[in-house]
Amino acid sequence: MTAILALALAEFRIGIRNRWLAIAVGLMMLFALVLSAAGSGPTGSLGVDRLSVTVASLTSLSVYLVPLMALLMSFDAVAGEVERGTLPLILTYPVSRAQLLAGKALAHLGILTLALVAGFGAAGGLAFALDGQAAQGLPALIRLTLSSVALGATFLGLGYAISARARRPSGAAGLAIGLWLVAVVLYDLGLLAAVVADNGGAFTLQVFPLTLLANPADAFRLYNLSASQATAAAAGVSAAAGAVPVLWSALSVALWPALAFALALISFRKVLP
Amino acid sequence: MTLKLQKLTKTYGGAKALDGVTFSVAPGERVALLGHNGAGKSTLMKIVLGLIPFDGGTVSVLGAAPGASRQGVAYLPENVAFHPALTGEEQIRLFLSVRGEPPRQARDLLARVGLHDAASRRIGTYSKGMRQRVGLAQALIGHPRLLILDEPTSGLDPVSRRDFYALLDGLSAEGASILLSSHALTEVEARTDRIVILSGGRLVAQGSMEGLRHEAGLPVALVVTPATGQGGCLATHLPQAERVGEKLVLSCPANQKLTNLARIAALGPKVADVDVIPPSLEDIYSHFSKRDGQ
Repeated sequence: MTAILALALAEFRIGIRNRWLAIAVGLMMLFALVLSAAGSGPTGSLGVDRLSVTVASLTSLSVYLVPLMALLMSFDAVAGEVERGTLPLILTYPVSRAQLLAGKALAHLGILTLALVAGFGAAGGLAFALDGQAAQGLPALIRLTLSSVALGATFLGLGYAISARARRPSGAAGLAIGLWLVAVVLYDLGLLAAVVADNGGAFTLQVFPLTLLANPADAFRLYNLSASQATAAAAGVSAAAGAVPVLWSALSVALWPALAFALALISFRKVLP
Repeated sequence: MTLKLQKLTKTYGGAKALDGVTFSVAPGERVALLGHNGAGKSTLMKIVLGLIPFDGGTVSVLGAAPGASRQGVAYLPENVAFHPALTGEEQIRLFLSVRGEPPRQARDLLARVGLHDAASRRIGTYSKGMRQRVGLAQALIGHPRLLILDEPTSGLDPVSRRDFYALLDGLSAEGASILLSSHALTEVEARTDRIVILSGGRLVAQGSMEGLRHEAGLPVALVVTPATGQGGCLATHLPQAERVGEKLVLSCPANQKLTNLARIAALGPKVADVDVIPPSLEDIYSHFSKRDGQ
């Protein structure tokens, strides 16, 4: 445990010196405040509190931004050590590869969590300042924060797996951007096309909800929208949100980080220094 | 035995990187691993450290399989590298914590390798020699019983090299075994107990410097400086000698050295000076590494 904490501390320092912490916190706060300011218009007509609406907008933000930040932080983790030549030495120390990965993950997840708490905290604070009923949306904000951390952990793990498989930082960067595009953009477009072509048939009713649960980004969106009362704010998946029990999407959000880290560890164990 | 290799074999895609290598290192012994580039030195070290698997033979490190007793083994890789954003002290503190030692020793360790003043600067600003010293500092953590040092003195100036070998002397006096590879043959000659020469993945020679010199049976060179104007006369007396400028060079087997010296001494005032030059370590090294059709 001391070893993991020491590794995490060193990695956290590197994160601060590479300006990753500043960039992540700045980016999250900027987007969160812009979204909560922009989304403050229609609250009266919807009859829900300001914070619930903000959470719905923040969910859409998280789906894009959290995986991207997680992948950008993690793609260099193994490939960078291989390229710098620092990996063989640390592997002769009495630490397991799982501990090495855990140290990195702890630091990266810490940076991501700080950024999320700062961004969502600012948005929440703004909502509370402008609307006395905002407390109704507080559980949704907490759910959003926790599930965003889980989403970040998932993509950190996938990023480490990519990093270990690619062996070179340049290759890993390309794969990471590719994964981001597929998971959060193209996957949904493909599903949309399939649903339109199917025209309400068996695919839409039986397979479509499962395909949403299989993608960590979609499961995250599904969980936050179906758990909160503001589904109306996100028309895209609202139908599916109704069709899938909250427990399932919660389970997918919770299981993906474990799956991603198992994948990362398997890939890392195959790396010969 | 701290380290024991028996018939160690490693194949990379059909080519044998190591072929039946057998030797061992006793506690407190300093063994130098010599060989041309690609002879298998780094591969052998990585196998001993448990970083890469091997195909045949047995390896015992501190009585266990390679990689099983990492607590007692220290490693200095060739061209050692660290994350440029960390300071020397932070890097050593990390290594101390991972070895389960108190991190506050970091400053002392850096002082031992002469880096006390640069401890709070980032490693990205260090020269190659300074990075090498950080590498040495981490290899000293926690009283290792076996040190594996891959080209430890590359990038060090002559004074730092001397300090480094003084550190090694201290460690081996405490009972630590040292296996190091080097291209600087003269310093290896003076500072190690035994030499192991690899060539094309095979062990071609091992033993003390004197033993190898004897085994190689290379000729001794007698360099005769003639007295003024006696060059031509001396050449007729020593017909086997080769004229190199003013001097005469006579090569002879080691066992005929005294006979030849007596002949030269008998020439009396015609000779101004005689130098006896034994085969250098370079000569012995290339003799062994060229054998077996290399």
